[in-house]
Amino acid sequence: MKRFAQLLELLALTPSRNRKIEALTQYFRETPDPDRGFALAVLTGALTFRNVKPALLKDIVLREVDPVLFAMSYDYVGDLGETIALIWPHHGGEGELPSLTDLIELFNTTAKSELPKLIAALLTRAGINERWAVVKLATGALRIGVSARLAKTALAEMSGVPLQEIEEVWHGLQVPYTELFAWLSGPAERPDIDHAARFHPLMLSNPIDEDKDLSRLKPEDFSAEWKWDGIRVQLVLGPGTASLFSRTGDDIAAAFPDIVENASGQAVLDGELLVGHDFEAGSFNDLQQRLNKKVASAKHLKESPAFIRVYDMLFDGREDVRALPWTERRGRLEQWLAANPQTRIDLSPVLPFTDWEDLAQQRREGADHHGHEGVMLKLKSSPYLPGRPKGYWFKWKRDPNVVDAILMYAQRGHGKRSSFYSDYTFGVWKGNEIVPIGKAYFGFTDEELKQLDKWIRTNTLQSFGPVREVRKELVFEVAFDSAQESTRHKSGVALRFPRINRIRWDKPASEAATLEDMAIFIVAS
Amino acid sequence: MASPQILDRNLHLKAIDAFVDPSTPKARAIITHGHADHARSGHGAVLATPDTIAIMKVRYGEDCAGEFQALPFGEPLAIDDVRITFYPAGHILGSAQVLIEQDGQRVVVTGDYKRGSDRTAQPYELVPCDLLVTEATFGLPVFQHPSPQIEIGRLLNSVRKNPERSHLIGCYALGKAQRVIALLRDAGYDAPIYLHGAMIRLCALYEELGVSLGDLRPATGVAKGELAGAVVIAPPSAIRDRWSRRFPDPVTCQASGWMSVKQRARQALVELPLVISDHCDWGELRQTIQETEAQTVWVTHGREDALVYWCRQQGLEAEPLNIQGFEDDGGEGEE
Repeated sequence: MKRFAQLLELLALTPSRNRKIEALTQYFRETPDPDRGFALAVLTGALTFRNVKPALLKDIVLREVDPVLFAMSYDYVGDLGETIALIWPHHGGEGELPSLTDLIELFNTTAKSELPKLIAALLTRAGINERWAVVKLATGALRIGVSARLAKTALAEMSGVPLQEIEEVWHGLQVPYTELFAWLSGPAERPDIDHAARFHPLMLSNPIDEDKDLSRLKPEDFSAEWKWDGIRVQLVLGPGTASLFSRTGDDIAAAFPDIVENASGQAVLDGELLVGHDFEAGSFNDLQQRLNKKVASAKHLKESPAFIRVYDMLFDGREDVRALPWTERRGRLEQWLAANPQTRIDLSPVLPFTDWEDLAQQRREGADHHGHEGVMLKLKSSPYLPGRPKGYWFKWKRDPNVVDAILMYAQRGHGKRSSFYSDYTFGVWKGNEIVPIGKAYFGFTDEELKQLDKWIRTNTLQSFGPVREVRKELVFEVAFDSAQESTRHKSGVALRFPRINRIRWDKPASEAATLEDMAIFIVAS
Repeated sequence: MASPQILDRNLHLKAIDAFVDPSTPKARAIITHGHADHARSGHGAVLATPDTIAIMKVRYGEDCAGEFQALPFGEPLAIDDVRITFYPAGHILGSAQVLIEQDGQRVVVTGDYKRGSDRTAQPYELVPCDLLVTEATFGLPVFQHPSPQIEIGRLLNSVRKNPERSHLIGCYALGKAQRVIALLRDAGYDAPIYLHGAMIRLCALYEELGVSLGDLRPATGVAKGELAGAVVIAPPSAIRDRWSRRFPDPVTCQASGWMSVKQRARQALVELPLVISDHCDWGELRQTIQETEAQTVWVTHGREDALVYWCRQQGLEAEPLNIQGFEDDGGEGEE
């Protein structure tokens, strides 16, 4: 447990991604099975305990600590797990704790009535860092800045096996992943899993370079579709089962019962998750509301029903069709939908076009009149390949909207940028006042960042911890994909995907945009 | 209730018209120690320990007060029917608790204090009293400071494991910096330690006043390559600022009692938090209150509410002092 606690601490406090990967790699290499597999399960959020819950931990600590003092402490620390670890009043002098494997076994097998005694004894025996780790383990809320993706990246680094291959088998594996480690550290074979019933890594597109690509590519080789403004999902339908995965393979079925309960047939489908009535997609904001909830509420289900606009098929029944050309997969998909009528799945239509000029025209009109993000181009002969292979699928995004906004606040960045003010809040005029409309932290070069940093330091009005309020004098040309009405922001506007397009050192703030100017960008929702 | 007639809630001694650690210029000030939230410039007359006076002169200039009166530890000073005596507070060099006696009543103002060992400060002495005015910087039960030797061990371990990186330790320039250096020396670390410019004068003063700190060198003007594997001491504000860019891939450390909260350390981008405090932790605050046998406790400087709540549970008279100018610094202030 000591080694695992050290790993957690290092992961929590190291801002550098590479160092986190290094630490994980070293841990996985040096730790025997099944400890390392359980550690992997903890880090990827694959482990939950039936009876060990945050509320239990809180009960245990409140038997030992005055509730008023506990409340004051929690208020100060802000993290329940950390408050419990720090406030635990009994210290039994750094005894050995059970191994991670044994600890998990104890959590799972100890009778509910005996758990308080067990956990109290563990907390007393632990040193401060291990106590913190035990509580983190028990409450399940790590908050250490490590994603499942990062842990898998470390596995890829450790073994030299490409991340895609690990992703490919990941969803068929069982904790504590002994098969996986046996394969990754050789000599065992890749684990055999039921492919039709699992998540499969997605095929992604590359942005098109209008100057280089369009002259080279033949329009007749490609099929076009709208680029939908939702989230990419994979729907895995087995006999009597349905699973829904995000693009990274997270299981999001619990948040979208309306999808999984209404789907039928057997297939693995690729598509865009959208919300709206009768297949009319609402705003991304509505979708965001639902994504924020791990479990959907009745209100959300009623007001923002979800559906999937499918555009590709990976498995037709139990048959792997990924090697077939796109045209054939599309044909299969259409047949499958005809044979398996759906209430929450519709088909992303193919956009007929004659040449690139024609498609460019449709793309502009689609953006202006329907708020489409752009178009997708798919090579008709392309197999379904995981990752982002070059030359098959292209996204041709609409031209960004731009607005001249005024820098209001600057905040220090993270990691390499921690000595620079690199996160910017900007706003536009509302009468004589400037109201914030968004925040951006990229779009500029390192050289520009240095200049901005210097400007911010010499033009600071006041500091609030890591944030500086600056003179409202510097104008940014901010690019963004779309704008929406928002009740969360004082300005009533929220920008999607904002970035700094240009720094307008030359432009006076008085000539920046007004809130009225923003109205034309707002997509009706 | 023990009579607070001697001292009011603004720490004003009415009988001799003097204030303890006033935040604005006063005709007469009794200064417990040299940190900026206790010692300010511009008072008419200052009564303090000789070390505190030396520190104030280095920080604010020779004429930062109209006149200075040095009062060594343990020597009572009688003014009319009031008697004032300084006792070591163990916080930083020269830091004092103030014992005020009048009409058979004893009042102690602790200033900032700690009970753990520290060779850069005169060790804390317990002073029994009727009214105790105590600080509460770490007045919450989540603060249970580990031994500083353990923390220095973690630092040295990291220095050994990362010979190509420099260790940049954020420390307040007065007190914490010298204590961390002394702890490093006592743990056998005898390589040169590099200093940010803001540290140099105060380290020299500590040396002058008899606290040996070993081989100290300015960090500026040293080639980047030479600082690989080195320990560098700088104010907390500098370790994440432009100044830090001159060091090879630094491990950002900070030595402070606040560092026990990992989420705080994370937010402050501290990679190696060192829980080294110059204040009492929750246990020591309670221990002190009990040992002084004070019947009345006034709590100031920090998380007053929790300590006041605890005192009242023990049957003591207790109340928070909300003295203007002593803002709750949320971990940003001097420590």
